[in-house]
Amino acid sequence: MTAIVKVFIPRDSAALSVGAERVSKKLTQLAAEQDTVVDLVRNGSRGLFWLEPMVEVDTPEGRVAYGPVAPKDLPSLIEAGLLNNASPSDRQAHPLYLGLTEEIEYLKKQQRLTFARAGIIDPVSLTDYKSTHGYDGLVRALDMSSQALVDEVKDSGLRGRGGAAFPTGIKWQTVLNTPAEQKYIICNADEGDSGTFADRLQMEADPFALIEGMTIAGLAVEATQGYIYLREEYPHAKDILNEAIQVAEQNGYLGENILDSGKTFHLEVRIGAKAYICGEETALMESLEGKRGMVRPKPPLPAIEGLFGQPTVVNNVLSLSTIAIILAKGGKFYQEFGMGRSRGTMPFQLAGNLKYPGLVETAFGITMKELLFDFGGGTRSGRPMRSVQSGGPLGAYLPESQWHLEMDYEALSAEGAVLGHGGLVAFDDTVDMLEQARFSMEFCVEESCGKCTPCRIGSTRGVEVIDRIRADENRDDNLELLEDLCDTMVSGSLCAMGGMTPFPVQSALEHFGEDFQKPSNNQEAGQ
Amino acid sequence: MTDANTQGAGQAAQASNGQGLANQAEIESVVGRILVELKDIPGPLLPILHEVQHQLGYVPDSSLPIIGKALNISRAEVHGVVTFYHHFSSKPRGRHIIEVCRAESCQSMGGRDLEAHAKSALGLDWYQTTMDKEITLEPVFCLGNCACSPAIRVGDEVYGRMDAEQFDEIVDELRTVPLAFSANPAEVK
Repeated sequence: MTAIVKVFIPRDSAALSVGAERVSKKLTQLAAEQDTVVDLVRNGSRGLFWLEPMVEVDTPEGRVAYGPVAPKDLPSLIEAGLLNNASPSDRQAHPLYLGLTEEIEYLKKQQRLTFARAGIIDPVSLTDYKSTHGYDGLVRALDMSSQALVDEVKDSGLRGRGGAAFPTGIKWQTVLNTPAEQKYIICNADEGDSGTFADRLQMEADPFALIEGMTIAGLAVEATQGYIYLREEYPHAKDILNEAIQVAEQNGYLGENILDSGKTFHLEVRIGAKAYICGEETALMESLEGKRGMVRPKPPLPAIEGLFGQPTVVNNVLSLSTIAIILAKGGKFYQEFGMGRSRGTMPFQLAGNLKYPGLVETAFGITMKELLFDFGGGTRSGRPMRSVQSGGPLGAYLPESQWHLEMDYEALSAEGAVLGHGGLVAFDDTVDMLEQARFSMEFCVEESCGKCTPCRIGSTRGVEVIDRIRADENRDDNLELLEDLCDTMVSGSLCAMGGMTPFPVQSALEHFGEDFQKPSNNQEAGQ
Repeated sequence: MTDANTQGAGQAAQASNGQGLANQAEIESVVGRILVELKDIPGPLLPILHEVQHQLGYVPDSSLPIIGKALNISRAEVHGVVTFYHHFSSKPRGRHIIEVCRAESCQSMGGRDLEAHAKSALGLDWYQTTMDKEITLEPVFCLGNCACSPAIRVGDEVYGRMDAEQFDEIVDELRTVPLAFSANPAEVK
């Protein structure tokens, strides 16, 4: 009879997408064959995605990691002491051994506040959550007045992590000040930007933090109903959220009379239906009401007339999840991180052609270069990096000369760049920037809600003009036309969809103009 | 209304060639049950459409007036919502839906080649279904798996670090295991 070994294999979508389920099944089978009792925890991912599937084992020295593990590696791992109390030196012998998880440089250099529990706990275990300071914030919030809660959030300096960076406390104040029979808290979990996955990771790795944050938001603005508007593309997140909500309800953390306080907060997950525009808050509310996701003109602000015409807080997953730690540790604590007007930490997401893609949460102010090279390790393909898109499909493409920029809302926007939801997508030198510009327009054709003309028609014309440039048809005139068109879309669109679609196009023109001057690549012209 | 009706009838006639088309009695009974359960929740239309598509595989045109009547909105409004969202399909699709991510992160890791491969390997363009009604190919803009690009999704399973060879293996598995769809086609060895 051997001791019970605690093993962690993530159930996060990314880990599953590269075989975590197969690893888990195989390990269970092998352990049973040799009569080893394994306590298998399906945790979230630590966000070191190039190492997924990452298997962790609890040892007297702490949790140690192995990765990336394929099912075929397991017999040799077990031989090297994976499931025994092997000494660190014995474990080191295996090439997949990564040492103590907490000591992995990529993780150690981060400042994880929002993602403090990611990959550490079982995401749907309330016991795990509470043993890591979970619900400390709510317990404190229940003793505070609504105004004191709003003030705490204002003190933290937290700004909307969805991309717009509007001060969260000020939004809450407006909702608190607007009297109504029914108010709502909406979590915008329609994370549509390519290159971003922090919302998904948060929901799959630590759903209780989001639930706690939303409950606190409800107390702060006197709202009793919350909705998480989750994109259809995240089926695993849906399951985990629903599981966690049920656990919270059963244990008195959601529903009527929360923790015997007499306060009420109900929470429900609603699923989108594949429409990028529903990440825009007014389109999202239309969708929740059962309509086409058409953007509403503002004013009225959602904080005054939002869902079903009632005052509504709409916040991103990360903003709401961060509320939990702000209330647990205080606004001042959070405010001490960061630079300028960008306070706290930002979960940056390194994506695309990078050697070490993953989640890097750190204080604002780190440079893009540090993220791309010190963390990201340069391109995965080994070719020179040429272009980086920051802030999703509506963000500019940045050339090397701009990678020195500090990751801060104001510093980036001063250079025409976007921090947005914190995603960086790296491209090597095989990228054709004309094609990338064309894709931005094409994406807008697909995803425009159609309400305003510059976005609806402008994007279609944009694709056509770029096609003519590619075919070398009146190239100079068409380049000028494209710039005019971009100006029209920027100035004349109702929301960020049409208003920002030109950013990647303009930046491609400005910084990668040579790609718009290539000879026509019809079959005849090809080498 | 007339326009919507005509168009609806046209689509239904087109779809009736396909396997997997629900008959009217089945549609009425399934939709009726869903309406009883969901019509009184706030903002019921999307949850209803999701459930209809989940149970029938698509949202039949003939279900629109039933839903509209229950929610006291016009058939045209329901049609407008169904056609706005990429997720809802007005005609039956294949037993398996393969979605290939077309967004930037996947592009940076060879996603454009993977799209082209998927189309030629299956002989399909976007939103088309194989002749044997097994597989429908759809585009998707981001699966949130950008650190493991390029990515595809089959049903509710996401696959990362995808390439042409693995894509073919997955398609092979889907086609050769017709009765018990395994979420993870590569068996544990």
